Amino acid sequence: MTTEAATIGLTHSGSEDTGLGHRGPESKSIVVPYGFWLFVLSDMVLFSALFATYASLVNATDGGPTTNQLFDRTLVAIETLALLLSSFTCGLAMIAAKRKNMNLTQIWLLVTGLLGAVFLFIEFYEFAHMIGEGAPPQRSAFLSSFFTLVGCHGAHVTAGLLWIGTMMAQIWAKGFKEHIVRRLLCLSIFWHALDIIWVAIFTIVYLIGTLP
Amino acid sequence: MSVIFGKLTWDAIPFHEPIPLITSAVVLAAVAAIAVWVWRNGWWPYLRDEYITSTDHKRIGIMYIVLALLMLVRGFADAIMMRLQQSMAIGASQGYLTPEHYNQIFSAHGTIMIFFVAMPFVIGFMNFVVPLQLGVRDVAFPTMNNVSFWLTASGALLINLSLFIGEFARTGWLAFPPLSEKEFSPGVGVDYYLVALQISGVGTVLTSVNFVTTILKIRAPGMSYFRMPVFCWTSLASNLLILAAFPVLTVTLGLLMLDRYLDFHFFTNDGGGNSMLYMNLIWVWGHPEVYILALPAFGIYSEVAATFSGKPLFGYRSMVFATLAICIISFMVWLHHFFTMGAGANINAIFGIASMVIGIPTGVKIYNWLFTMYGGRVRFTVPMHYLIGFMLTFVVGGLTGVLLAIPPVDFVVHNSLFLVAHFHQVIIGGVVFALMAGYTYWFPKAFGFTLDERLGKAVFWCWFIGFHLAFMPSYLLGFYGATRRMQHIPDPSWAPWLHLELFGAVIIGAGIVLTVVQLLYSIKTREQRLDVTGDPWDGRTLEWLTLSPPPHYNFAVLPDVHGEEAYWTRKQTAIKMDQLIKEPDYQPIEMPVSTPVGVICAFFASVCGFAVIWHIWWLAILGLIGAFAVFVWYAWQDEHEHIVPVDEVRTNARERRRIRMEHLHSLSQST
Repeated sequence: MTTEAATIGLTHSGSEDTGLGHRGPESKSIVVPYGFWLFVLSDMVLFSALFATYASLVNATDGGPTTNQLFDRTLVAIETLALLLSSFTCGLAMIAAKRKNMNLTQIWLLVTGLLGAVFLFIEFYEFAHMIGEGAPPQRSAFLSSFFTLVGCHGAHVTAGLLWIGTMMAQIWAKGFKEHIVRRLLCLSIFWHALDIIWVAIFTIVYLIGTLP
Repeated sequence: MSVIFGKLTWDAIPFHEPIPLITSAVVLAAVAAIAVWVWRNGWWPYLRDEYITSTDHKRIGIMYIVLALLMLVRGFADAIMMRLQQSMAIGASQGYLTPEHYNQIFSAHGTIMIFFVAMPFVIGFMNFVVPLQLGVRDVAFPTMNNVSFWLTASGALLINLSLFIGEFARTGWLAFPPLSEKEFSPGVGVDYYLVALQISGVGTVLTSVNFVTTILKIRAPGMSYFRMPVFCWTSLASNLLILAAFPVLTVTLGLLMLDRYLDFHFFTNDGGGNSMLYMNLIWVWGHPEVYILALPAFGIYSEVAATFSGKPLFGYRSMVFATLAICIISFMVWLHHFFTMGAGANINAIFGIASMVIGIPTGVKIYNWLFTMYGGRVRFTVPMHYLIGFMLTFVVGGLTGVLLAIPPVDFVVHNSLFLVAHFHQVIIGGVVFALMAGYTYWFPKAFGFTLDERLGKAVFWCWFIGFHLAFMPSYLLGFYGATRRMQHIPDPSWAPWLHLELFGAVIIGAGIVLTVVQLLYSIKTREQRLDVTGDPWDGRTLEWLTLSPPPHYNFAVLPDVHGEEAYWTRKQTAIKMDQLIKEPDYQPIEMPVSTPVGVICAFFASVCGFAVIWHIWWLAILGLIGAFAVFVWYAWQDEHEHIVPVDEVRTNARERRRIRMEHLHSLSQST
């Protein structure tokens, strides 16, 4: 075989697999989570714009209530605990799914969903309480941005709960097929990402907002 | 009644305004006529199976470009109406358009030309070309690709619906508050704008996820990063920009919607709202958007320059680095869109300098194209005309951009026709010329026959001359003090320039008409212009390796890439050795099935959007439930692929090899 024949041959003899896709298209198990990661990144950008909005409007209270008067650290601590715990149980669900253990997977997913629901319930209570106190989002630019930032995260959690329910039904009906386990992986990426964003909200909104 | 129909009443139909009414009637008649014509010829099943529900990236790309061309006609109609008004309404005359109507027209023109012409056109090329150039069978997520297209189409549908039912925004193409707030724009116009862009924006973000994944993870064996064609690089940069910029647009429009629908106070004059925040947010998206359009355009020019100069692209690596430099710097210049809003001298200076710096990588690119042509055997085809016309036009537009980047200069000419002339020069001279070049260049690959050269050149000259007549006087008028968006011209001495600009717009219109003529004539005479070899331009990248049009799986066997110009290397070696590569071992191919999920999703999105615009809440909720149900229904299906049997692959591949062998002999005799 001459060198020219090698040039039009079909082998890449001796070329290293660099992990950069030089050896042809990657498998679905790599491509699907990768694409979902990108979507999560775009979601992070979305939240960063909301954080920027909140940061620039936090003092625009228009003579209405301020952060110190509104936020309750104890309530938020319970909220945070519920959500962080749900991340842990979500991880346990993934381990159970890897072992193809139907009952454990369902139980941990259910616990994850319930903890998410507890979080949402407390947030709902907080919102209702604020509106009752005369601090609805229509009161000032600060409150508009607070309700939007925290509410957008809440809407994401709601979507996550819907997804968890759908996935539970799907695993129940179809078992641990390859593409369904991939979907479960995407769900867990989504759920953990919401946790990361909540940590930022907890710090920037509630902790800084309740400094004496 | 308001519970059932929200704000929708018979008053929403413009019975007393002849222009929208006649337009609506004509459009509806045309749509009906086309539908009947398609049905009479029995083409519905073909359209349904091969296009509407298709997950094939080539079909989706073609649909994007068809959408863009249709919307170009609509956007241009707006443009010519504005030009006509500005050449009539001078001094004592008031022209033929009321201020309310005129304001809707320039808002619709800007919105449509950017979001529903330039974007789908560029994304259409990405869809059609990128997987072929990377030597693979499809994008990473074919079904999502179909959904993306239909969501874009849904946004376009809603914008055009505003012509028949209700009104469009009168706020300019970016709907600045406080003018776009409910207090000053109580009608549904701004809501049409917001909802249409939200829906198509979701489609665009999904597209970017799709293409970044495709380019980084799905390439033919041996196709390392520095072997990718420049168009793939620029598509990657463009999609990274979409991924990082479009969520900001979603937020910005979302906040304005909350202001309008629920009385929030983000950008209002009262309640502590801050309309400056909107400017910052919208331009954090808006400036990258310019490069989202321009970078793929530069990629098209790179392909054209190399192919028709008959040599590899000069400075390939510098081209890639320039692309990535533009990609990053484009996020650091947004404030130059509002120097005059008082951010302070130091901030203005920083953003002014950053805006000038972005001219450096752009300059690198221009020199690369020039040096690619230098010493090459240049063939003056239609795409080459566009490349040369682009370099002449774009450099001037770029220089006026550098002028505008100097804050003191911007204080003088901001919001004047000088600015309008600048951005039309870079968008038409940069993006539109590239789109027309790409349209001519890849047409034979898509349909198997070339477009007529003579008519193509006529179209080019119409665009080139028409553009300069229509916009160069605007630089002067800007210096004279003419502001943008004027429904009435107070100074009669500007009249000759305005009439010249109308003449230029008419010439551009002739170019658009000639584009249609060219298409029809080329279809009629396609027998004489068939592209049998799949390589009509003696191309250098992998899309010319397959037949024209390619089989739906693109390649029987994924091409094996050696060297920087994958196809050129292969072709030259084959000519030298006078033989093709040894016949590979064919395998059955797994391909995605077509799916109605995109159309159904977009249908529910349109219904939901329409309901939100008119405050028909029950229908909006129904639309959302419907969309979720479709989603679950799709997720419940197990089989998203079908297998192309190995015999079919082998038969097609052998036929292609035979044709390529003939092509090879004719090439080796000619060299």
